[in-house]
Amino acid sequence: MPVEVRIPSVLQKLTGGQRRLQYEGATVDELLDAIDGDYSGFRDQLVENGELRRFVNIFLNDEDVRFLQQLKTPLKDGDTIAILPALAGG
Amino acid sequence: MSPQAHRYDSVLGLIGDTPLVRLQRMSPKADVRIWAKLEGQNPSGSVKDRIAKAMIDAARADGSLRPGQTILEPTSGNTGVALALIGRIYGHPVRCVMPESVSAERRDLLKFYGAEVILSPGDLGTNGSVRMAEDLAAQDPSLYMPFQYGNSANPQAHYDTTGPEILRALPEVTHFVAGLGTGGTLTGAGRCLKEHKPEVRVIASVPHPGDLVQGLRSLEEGYIPPVLDESILDARMMVDSRTSFAVTKALMDNEGIFAGISSGAALRTAQRVAERLDGGDIAVVLADGGWKYLSTRLWERDYEELRGDETIEGKIWW
Repeated sequence: MPVEVRIPSVLQKLTGGQRRLQYEGATVDELLDAIDGDYSGFRDQLVENGELRRFVNIFLNDEDVRFLQQLKTPLKDGDTIAILPALAGG
Repeated sequence: MSPQAHRYDSVLGLIGDTPLVRLQRMSPKADVRIWAKLEGQNPSGSVKDRIAKAMIDAARADGSLRPGQTILEPTSGNTGVALALIGRIYGHPVRCVMPESVSAERRDLLKFYGAEVILSPGDLGTNGSVRMAEDLAAQDPSLYMPFQYGNSANPQAHYDTTGPEILRALPEVTHFVAGLGTGGTLTGAGRCLKEHKPEVRVIASVPHPGDLVQGLRSLEEGYIPPVLDESILDARMMVDSRTSFAVTKALMDNEGIFAGISSGAALRTAQRVAERLDGGDIAVVLADGGWKYLSTRLWERDYEELRGDETIEGKIWW
């Protein structure tokens, strides 16, 4: 069973309008590579010089991977990935 | 046992020193205690009274805010209400830029406190309010903008008050959980707690924006408030709206606490932290009371029923 990836509206133009994708990868990095193989330019929206872009948050099962192992965070079958822009409140 | 009744020179004396209440029925683990800091007890009804007073006191002290000068601020509601209260007492007109997608109660409350409300496009969320307020301030130099997202008095207020209050009430604290809006609470109180107890873990709770913020054209339009020091954080957890609503309702059902929707999210984050622990004491900030969310009827309806309701869809609860 692969990982479910929830695509934010701002990236859906790159995924042909799809809101959810199913992909496999041992880590977040590999997962993004796999998606980029089918949807060219996807990875560049999220990663710059090997690091997550500053305004991009990637949540693995609702937990921010920036505080786990960043792009090297391991994935397992059935995980859910959500990609979201950083937002403020208050 | 209650201390003697206090008296105050003005309602501003009621800010802070909020109660910390053990949630007897909301912890998933018997040996992990969850303690709720009830910020809805502040005079304008939210944690934002702390930073509003700190920012305005600092600006008056250093002369950047002159007597009678108008205050302009981008806010999703609570900071505006708190500034409007301070403005009433100190004699400053207050103008708030808020997303049109906030609840009607927030707009009403601002008007009752005497603030002028300027609406920014709902699909741009709070980020849109920030940009509109920056434009307005640039066009009219007579306005003073405290700018909670970039004002060091914001985290400083929590470093000086919220953090020490938790240490006094709960010296055994092991974890601190709060919602991430400006980052002021997490940065200020979190830094205070870690200075005194380096082993304390600080966890941010963030809302899933759902289908909101469709107006962003790229991820680069995201916003990280300058006052947020991410090095203080040990984890950041997202909570979806359905869960936030459900836990807010459970807080009423189980503990008799009437809190706002971000409190449900923060409490859910505290529960997730508790699930991973064998023992500990988690302090969680409940940022406001439930009054401003009455129109959702969430306490008497199921989320499934609420979802199709246009008063729920596309609103900002943070």
